[in-house]
Amino acid sequence: MDNEQAVLYSRILTELTLTFHIIYATIGVGVPLMIFLAQWLGIKKQDEHYILLARRWTRGYIITVAVGVVTGTAIGLQLNLLWPTFMEIAGNAIALPLFMETFAFFFEAIFLGIYLYTWDRFENQRKHMLLLIPVAIGASFSAIFITMVNSFMNTPQGFEFANGYMVNVNPILAMFNPAMPTKVAHVLATAYMTAAFVLASIGAYRILKGSNHIYHKKALLLTLKVGLIFSVAAAIIGDFAGKFLAAYQPEKLAAMEWHFETEEAASLTLFGILQNGDEVKYSIELPYALSILAHGNPNAEVIGLDQFPSENIPPLYIHYLFNIMVLVGMGVTVLGLVYLIGKFLRKKFIHSKFFLWLIVTSGPLCIIAIEAGWWLAEVGRQPWVLRGILRTEDAATTSNQVDLMLYLFIGLYLILGIASAIVLIRMFRSNPVERELADQKGGG
Amino acid sequence: MSYELIGISVLWLFLFGYIIIASIDFGAGFFNAYSVLTNKQHIISKIIQRYLSPVWEVTNVFLVFFFVGIVGFFPSTAYYYGTILLVPASISIVLLAIRGAYYAFTTYGKLKSNFWTYLYGFSGLFIPASLSIVLTISEGGFIYIEDSRIILDYLALFTSPLTWSIVILSLTSVLYISAVFLTWYANMAQDKPATELMRRYALSWSLPAIITASGIIVELRLHNPVHFDRLLDLWWMFAISFVLFLITLLLIWLRKSYGIAFIVLVCQFLIAFFAYGISHYPFLLYPHLTITEGFTSEAMAIALIIAFIAGFCLLIPSLFLILKLFLFNKEYVQGRIK
Ligand code: HDD
Ligand code: HEM
Ligand code: HEM
Repeated sequence: MDNEQAVLYSRILTELTLTFHIIYATIGVGVPLMIFLAQWLGIKKQDEHYILLARRWTRGYIITVAVGVVTGTAIGLQLNLLWPTFMEIAGNAIALPLFMETFAFFFEAIFLGIYLYTWDRFENQRKHMLLLIPVAIGASFSAIFITMVNSFMNTPQGFEFANGYMVNVNPILAMFNPAMPTKVAHVLATAYMTAAFVLASIGAYRILKGSNHIYHKKALLLTLKVGLIFSVAAAIIGDFAGKFLAAYQPEKLAAMEWHFETEEAASLTLFGILQNGDEVKYSIELPYALSILAHGNPNAEVIGLDQFPSENIPPLYIHYLFNIMVLVGMGVTVLGLVYLIGKFLRKKFIHSKFFLWLIVTSGPLCIIAIEAGWWLAEVGRQPWVLRGILRTEDAATTSNQVDLMLYLFIGLYLILGIASAIVLIRMFRSNPVERELADQKGGG
Repeated sequence: MSYELIGISVLWLFLFGYIIIASIDFGAGFFNAYSVLTNKQHIISKIIQRYLSPVWEVTNVFLVFFFVGIVGFFPSTAYYYGTILLVPASISIVLLAIRGAYYAFTTYGKLKSNFWTYLYGFSGLFIPASLSIVLTISEGGFIYIEDSRIILDYLALFTSPLTWSIVILSLTSVLYISAVFLTWYANMAQDKPATELMRRYALSWSLPAIITASGIIVELRLHNPVHFDRLLDLWWMFAISFVLFLITLLLIWLRKSYGIAFIVLVCQFLIAFFAYGISHYPFLLYPHLTITEGFTSEAMAIALIIAFIAGFCLLIPSLFLILKLFLFNKEYVQGRIK
């Protein structure tokens, strides 16, 4: 295998592992918050339904955590195995948040272990609930620290680069780089939002399958409320992320918006397909919108792709990814809003089959948006691993066996993905809410 | 003490922590599978599950901590080890992943069948074997550099007696450490038959463990004389370690103070592990990489050490809490509370 192929397979394997991990990781960040809210409501309202909600979510959560943990361990090692040069160079400046992330995991792991096995140990339920706080904090801080690393890859700073080495390193400056605020905020908001909609999907599905218990309706209301709040937050922060790009990574913004010529009062291109490299067809043009998105001013100048040498321009297909992400974001926001208004006005349609099916799709759609968003962010950074400093093709391993490892991991993720799905489905099907509530009443 | 020395000592300590708790975990899985095979499952399964359930994720974090830490303090290890370990480390990842996931699936997801118990139990032995390869490689002699590419010589690696002695050592110590711990744990649970069974395992794995450990020293003499000489300089540490080994053995033989026996065993391994580590100093990879060459920048080192101290202050009380709730809580251990 020559070096080009090693690079290619390393990329595919990295993409595969991250794409798989991010599903479980996002759920892992968001679900503890939902469990906490449910348990808190349950204690406050003295409502056993919410407590049961917390219990059942926890049971499913632990399965996703397990897959999150093992795939996370895989990426952690793979980053070193597949990108040794990158880790050697970047490690000098960005090891700190990676290191702190392990403390966040530690914290989460310890308290999750305690939380799981102490449901009935405390007289006071509140004490048990408090154990969730370190779990939620640990999970969210894992996301914060790892996203700091990823921000650094987009806007590296806090060092001087000389002879291929990073010198005069300032780890704090490297952590708090310009990409960090919007990225971290957007990742957290979308993780909470995704967890909420995924749980809403499950509730809606149970109702569709004939379970008419009030339990599921309470679950729907709670999850959609939280989902709506965070989807609005995600959109607002996403807008800031666009402004950040205009200032620091104009080539990414220009590529994802198909903005070829630098101009003032730029219009925003929605949808469309690209032909012959730079002809946009079937698109909708919103006048001034790109200038507003990028700079908050309808007449501002937006830098186009003409300002960059062609070898530094990321693949243009990220436009589609951006559209998918934004469409899902808008779609689920509207869905949550309509549901809550319908609920407020006591309309019947929110429990109609059609509407419930719409809710069922919201969870998977959010996962798709998460994937699209990450692919947008990562592919949009190409050809750089460390923007402006290290190219992806120079960072990969020189090993000859990357292709074999790729097949090995494809097998692993197939097994893990299928098995975790089977286990989750069986867990909830063989133990419906009605039965569990009856068992509790029966003194069990 | 220089920063690199602080760094490597902390990491070595965490690696030791991983080795002990992972050994208990891997060994427990094996004994569980073995007991199913020999129809003695009713005796020890419960004990093993009670211990493992709350801690399995914590075990994994120790490993993550070690490899993230070593790349943090010594970024050049990413370059050297990252390139050569692609295949062995990937295999370890897959084994760890399958084992970890299926543990969760069976325990929380109620996916019960003997097949998984076997898979879980026996994969637990391959993991220490595959991870221990890293130690062998660090002794040097299996790597060559060709057109500035680092290449691992698999043939040399797999035909070297050193490799196989280290693999066997890892297996025997896993089983020995685990058996001693579970003897103690079963005794705390006041489970007589389980205690007796685990005691028997502990005694029968003690001798193979100590013999293979001594075997390594002999192998090293041929493979890496420099390292061997440095080991001999530290003979007194190994002597202390050996005395501690005898104490553990005696206590278990006499059915006395299993708790102290386990603590003495931890000290025995700690001393031997550090003697080995000190004699390895200053090399991270013979003869290519030393801890001074591979070290990160000073600013990063200070930041990492501060982060470590802060993190440690968080961890110690939480670790203490989990131990108190599950390991030293008589009611829990004896199964009177869930
Ligand atoms: C449920 C998921 C989801 C939803 C609905 C949205 N996003 Fe997003 N977006 C993400 C999930 C995501 C993400 C997965 O979290 C990304 C990938 C990397 C990152 O920092 O966040 C991301 C990245 C990302 C980036 C690239 C940042 C960078 O590369 O530095 C921009 C500009 C936006 N988003 C903008 C938006 C806008 C304007 C949205 C309007 C509704 C939006 N996102 C909805
Ligand atoms: C701290 C966080 C992250 C780090 C350090 C990181 C590291 C890397 C590296 C080294 C590459 C180079 C390989 C390449 O360009 O092909 C890469 C690319 C990529 N990463 Fe990330 N990544 C991070 C977060 C993520 C996440 C969470 C995802 C989500 C799925 C992701 C998805 C991808 C994808 C899809 C590519 C391929 C881009 C391409 O090939 O054009 N990354 N990442
Ligand atoms: C290159 C990027 C990444 C690396 C190297 C990485 C590394 C890891 C590792 C090593 C673990 C296992 C920790 C353990 O043993 O407990 C893990 C789990 C986890 N990761 Fe990732 N990760 C990456 C990307 C992400 C991203 C982008 C997020 C969040 C947005 C994330 C969130 C989590 C969470 C929450 C867990 C804990 C498992 C759970 O609670 O479900 N990771 N990750």
